[in-house]
Amino acid sequence: MSLLEIKNLCASIEGKQILKGVNLTVNPGEVHAIMGPNGSGKSTLSQVLAGNEAYEVTSGEIIFEGKNLLEMAPDERACEGIFMAFQYPVEIPGVGNTYFLKTAYNAVRKYRGLEEVDAVEFIKIMKEKAKLVELDDKLLKRNVNEGFSGGEKKRNEIFQMAVLDPRLAILDETDSGLDVDALRTVAGGVNKLRDEKRAIVCITHYQRILNYLEPDIVHILADGRIVRTGGSELAHEVEEKGYAWLEQGAA
Amino acid sequence: MPSSDETIQSALQDYKYGWVTEIEQEYAPKGLNEDIVRMISAKKNEPEFMLEWRLRAYRHWLKMNAPQWPYFEYGPIDYQNQYYYAAPKSDKPKPKSLDEVDPEILATYEKLGIPLKEQEVLAGVAVDAVFDSVSVGTTYKAKLAELGIIFCSFSEAVENHPELVQKYLGTVVPYTDNFFATLNSAVFSDGSFVYIPKGVRCPMELSTYFRINAADTGQFERTLIVADEGAYVSYLEGCTAPKRSGNQLHAAVVELVALKDATIKYSTVQNWYPGDKDGNGGIYNFVTKRGKCLENAKISWTQVETGSAITWKYPSCILQGDNSVGEFYSVAVTNNHQKADTGTKMVHIGKNTSSTIVSKGISAGVGQNVYRGLVQINKKAGNARNYTQCDSMLMGDKCGAHTFPYIDVRNNSAHVEHEATTSKIGEDQIFYCQQRGLSEEDAVNLIVNGFCKEVFRELPMEFAVEAQKLLSISLEGSVG
Ligand SMILES: Nc1ncnc2c1ncn2[C@@H]1O[C@H](COP(=O)(O)OP(=O)(O)O)[C@@H](O)[C@H]1O
Ligand SMILES: [Mg+2]
Repeated sequence: MSLLEIKNLCASIEGKQILKGVNLTVNPGEVHAIMGPNGSGKSTLSQVLAGNEAYEVTSGEIIFEGKNLLEMAPDERACEGIFMAFQYPVEIPGVGNTYFLKTAYNAVRKYRGLEEVDAVEFIKIMKEKAKLVELDDKLLKRNVNEGFSGGEKKRNEIFQMAVLDPRLAILDETDSGLDVDALRTVAGGVNKLRDEKRAIVCITHYQRILNYLEPDIVHILADGRIVRTGGSELAHEVEEKGYAWLEQGAA
Repeated sequence: MPSSDETIQSALQDYKYGWVTEIEQEYAPKGLNEDIVRMISAKKNEPEFMLEWRLRAYRHWLKMNAPQWPYFEYGPIDYQNQYYYAAPKSDKPKPKSLDEVDPEILATYEKLGIPLKEQEVLAGVAVDAVFDSVSVGTTYKAKLAELGIIFCSFSEAVENHPELVQKYLGTVVPYTDNFFATLNSAVFSDGSFVYIPKGVRCPMELSTYFRINAADTGQFERTLIVADEGAYVSYLEGCTAPKRSGNQLHAAVVELVALKDATIKYSTVQNWYPGDKDGNGGIYNFVTKRGKCLENAKISWTQVETGSAITWKYPSCILQGDNSVGEFYSVAVTNNHQKADTGTKMVHIGKNTSSTIVSKGISAGVGQNVYRGLVQINKKAGNARNYTQCDSMLMGDKCGAHTFPYIDVRNNSAHVEHEATTSKIGEDQIFYCQQRGLSEEDAVNLIVNGFCKEVFRELPMEFAVEAQKLLSISLEGSVG
């Protein structure tokens, strides 16, 4: 059984149609890349997968591990194992990063019928995962994303992914705003989280993160549709020629 | 799934403390006149100076009009249709120890979560419980007495320490101060009194729980706290009242005197009955709270206001002495039809005085929240500093937040900073939390608590936990 199956998905925001019939199948263990020009609907797709109610699904289906995802609230989806690394991570003033993540971790564990962990136990888990993305310990003591640099926010997202251990991780432009070194560490962290049970959908505008991630499958999203699917050679083609030739092909 | 916006309007959970204790009460006849004032004074065996003071206040009050400047309208209050004195009826004149207190009353406090039995009292907290107009029991008295600390009901203070009462009563809030304070001065029935001697650091939190029980009773308690030179005290006030369909007036006065080098920390967690979902009933909480700081003294007010139909109060600091410090940290929550008009006055008189104001207003339902504050720097207050931060959070689009900061600077060496923000609770913040697995309700609690953190961390530990719980109860059902 595939992990995720998106069938003919159409979605709009504020009455404006953005996704115009997306089809996508993701199997456990796979790494997919979704590339596309600005405004093509990449973030919309990830927000719809995560259940953001600002977006309206007008038709189509999303099946996750055999269950109808569209009937679930965002927190239920998270507990079922969907994680999204936000393109623009949100700041929550006054709420400590550690406390926030512990609350989330325990909510997910509870949903899965596991014992909640105490603070001491959690700090151990956290310290270990922080190493994965070389997240500065100091950031764990700060408030959620408050005053973080762009790069720190992205690192923090992948760190949260490591702690929450999802089945499907959607990374929305995690590479943007990272310098070369940061990109290498963050991508390295993601690579360490690859395994045969987990799938990763990496949304990006550029090919450079894909040099590290080596996706199994590359899709091009243009004007709300997947217009081309291929191997990693497709990403190189885009890097050379831009998106214009693909968009013309779609028309 | 309903969107948060449309569900934001749903109800406040049932008020947990809304039962009435069935005990016999002794009332003064309804209404207000000189005889009632004399009767209250006589009931308490007060010395002549107290009666005189009350009568002067009463006569002054007759010439005053209820203030018209608050932001909210409230129904006219019929001052002749209220009881000004109610006390648990008992054969014995006054309980001498906890063993003599009516078991019904003790049970009431236990229901409130405030056991009076000393062994059960939260470690390190001394409680003076005021049941309607009479103080029913004070714990830890003996231990405090060893240090020369006086912590008792106001009536007992008048009886046993009249010289202290006479010396300080009305020195911060004079009986002419304002309509409600003047009324209180005439008819106040009881309250708490604290005196910390020179150089003594009070080793425990002092705490008073007030409870309005009798119907149609205005509660007019009066608290006076004096910290002598170099003394320190932290005081906590908490309150609940039963559910009733009508509105009840609560017009208290709190006076704080911090002598040279003294520190007083005064924390309030207020959850008086807020009225029902439709805005019927609830407490009118019209309170005058003010402190005076002499040289190097510090007064810090922290309040968490979650209850009452209308809250109207401005805990203030008169920074009279050089280098004195005033602080005001406030969280005010209004849900359903609640209204709060609250803030502070910082009056800088001495040199190098400084004040900090941090106000967090949270509005939900059709609640209205006003911050009103005055920072006054007098001519001779060289190098005075003030920092003010007012943040408002709105939940839904039917509530309101309003800010009226008054700044009056008459000395140009002053540094006055003011920051204000108003934000809607972020849908994006809620979604972010939900994406990590938190329920919508937990997400709101987390975000709101984060918003209030700067105030909560000023509260003593046990009460900070209480305050957080109270906040989530007050906002329960406002989202989700
Ligand atoms: N809140 C919104 N209101 C109106 N239009 C929006 C909103 N969010 C996104 N859009 C529009 O939807 C389209 C797709 O946006 P997005 O999914 O963010 O693209 P991408 O991530 O591929 O750059 C864009 O044209 C954008 O302007
Ligand atoms: Mg995007």
